[in-house]
Amino acid sequence: MIQVRGLTKTFSSKKGNVTAVAGVDFEVGAGEIVGFLGPNGAGKTTTMRMLTTLLKPSGGSAVIAGHDLLRASGEVRRTIGYVSQTGGAKPAAIIRNDIVLQGRLHGMSKSEAHARADAVLAEFEIEDLAERTAATLSGGQRRRVDMALGLVHRPPVLFLDEPTANLDPQSRALVWSHIRRLREEHGTTVFISTHYLDEADNLCDRVLIIDRGRVVAEDTPEQLKAAIAHDTVQIDVADAVDRAVETLARVDGVHSVSADGNSLSLACDQADQNLSVLLRQLDLAEVRVESVRVVKPSLDDVFMAITHRGRTEATEHAHA
Amino acid sequence: MHTIRDAMIVFRDEVSASLRNRVGIAIGLVQPCVYLFLFGPLLTKALPSQGDNAWRMYIPGLLVQLALFTTAYAGFNLIPDMRSGYLERLRVTPASRLALLLGRVLRDLVLLTIQLLCILALGLAFGLRASLPGVLASAGYVLLLGISLASLSYMLALRLPLEYLFAPVLNGICLPLMLLSGILLPMTFAPGWLRGISDANPLRYAVDAMRDLFDGRFSTQPVAIGALVVMALAALSMRLSTRVFGQYNS
Repeated sequence: MIQVRGLTKTFSSKKGNVTAVAGVDFEVGAGEIVGFLGPNGAGKTTTMRMLTTLLKPSGGSAVIAGHDLLRASGEVRRTIGYVSQTGGAKPAAIIRNDIVLQGRLHGMSKSEAHARADAVLAEFEIEDLAERTAATLSGGQRRRVDMALGLVHRPPVLFLDEPTANLDPQSRALVWSHIRRLREEHGTTVFISTHYLDEADNLCDRVLIIDRGRVVAEDTPEQLKAAIAHDTVQIDVADAVDRAVETLARVDGVHSVSADGNSLSLACDQADQNLSVLLRQLDLAEVRVESVRVVKPSLDDVFMAITHRGRTEATEHAHA
Repeated sequence: MHTIRDAMIVFRDEVSASLRNRVGIAIGLVQPCVYLFLFGPLLTKALPSQGDNAWRMYIPGLLVQLALFTTAYAGFNLIPDMRSGYLERLRVTPASRLALLLGRVLRDLVLLTIQLLCILALGLAFGLRASLPGVLASAGYVLLLGISLASLSYMLALRLPLEYLFAPVLNGICLPLMLLSGILLPMTFAPGWLRGISDANPLRYAVDAMRDLFDGRFSTQPVAIGALVVMALAALSMRLSTRVFGQYNS
């Protein structure tokens, strides 16, 4: 559904050229939900803006639903839905009118646009907000309106740029369930950029990781996490640091233990399940535990592990 | 066809948004009257020899000033739409790029027309006596200026790297444009060097042409030059602005 070949973007400024995207290749199959992960400034949004016809690529090519991005941008626009980071609902507009406008600009007749507006309002369960203005909505409600706007023309391909940034957990879960349903009911292909590994985990069939303008990893979320990042358990002990380190290092699933004063840091698999074992072993070794904290791997951890620079730092930390 | 259809859709949406903004409407209607009430009486006293002619000289300038202050500031409307992502949303639809601009400019022209009618009606009440065909032709000049100024204003809003810059840059452009247009007083009062500079100001040609038209003189050189200037300016600014609207911003 999406084929990207050697896509690049270089911005020129007075201080010289800055390469935001340095040659990106990937494919997204029909009906796939693919996550596009990367830290700030990695090139996520720039890539997204190129694929949605908002930014002219400096090089490379892309084909979206059979249409060439550069030669048939009009056709691409007809085929895709796009929900940007900022959304796109006009703050002062009545939501129903705004959705109808979007449908009309996609070439629908008045009655068609009204019918589709009703349909997406129902689909996103925002019928009761239809006569309000976007400016009066909460963040979670806004997001659903933004998605309704992006889907009014039933695009086979949907681009979502950080759809759950700044949302509370409930609203995030709701957005996720809507995205899943799109795929189940309409076979929509979804390309979604995000900061959050848990989002990719919950939603995506496959994840692309971009760093410094290049795709540095590409796999299922399970594979990536298993291969790259472990859970971290931080344990503060009252005494017997050496004995504690020795004891913990022997537990199954623990990959490394490091100590900084009385604070221990463990890299281990499935920390939730292993926590009781770790604590029991410490108890048997007569080490008094003062506090325990489990840290799930974040995207940062994956990055630390994936990039060369990250790997060196992590090793140093483990040996400290 | 596609462009006209899309432009009308955007236009209707913009108008309905403007109609919901009651404060905006009120200010838009009061503003032109303020010029007449607060400056007109001074003018009739300052130029006593010209008699009722003072209105015939002042009102064409006032109409151009109206075009300047209504449409040159149109770009301010675009800033919240850029910030909220609304404009980008429209740019990812297949709508024609020209239509996205044209729909907005048409809305600005409707507002300008209403204000123009207010001024003419009030002017008439104050004692303006002018050639009716001349006034109608002048309205055409004002609307063409409105098209130019509005589209240039949108272009400026899109092109400036920081939205903070919009107000100062706009003021920096509009003030000399106004002072050197002969809007308040005819440029014939100006010393040679000042008149030289004002030759570069398109608004001046419009004002000169409209003063002749108000007097009922149609086949003068200023009328012809003015017509050329406002038409060329409108065509050029629409063209430039459409390009910026359609362009991928970077």
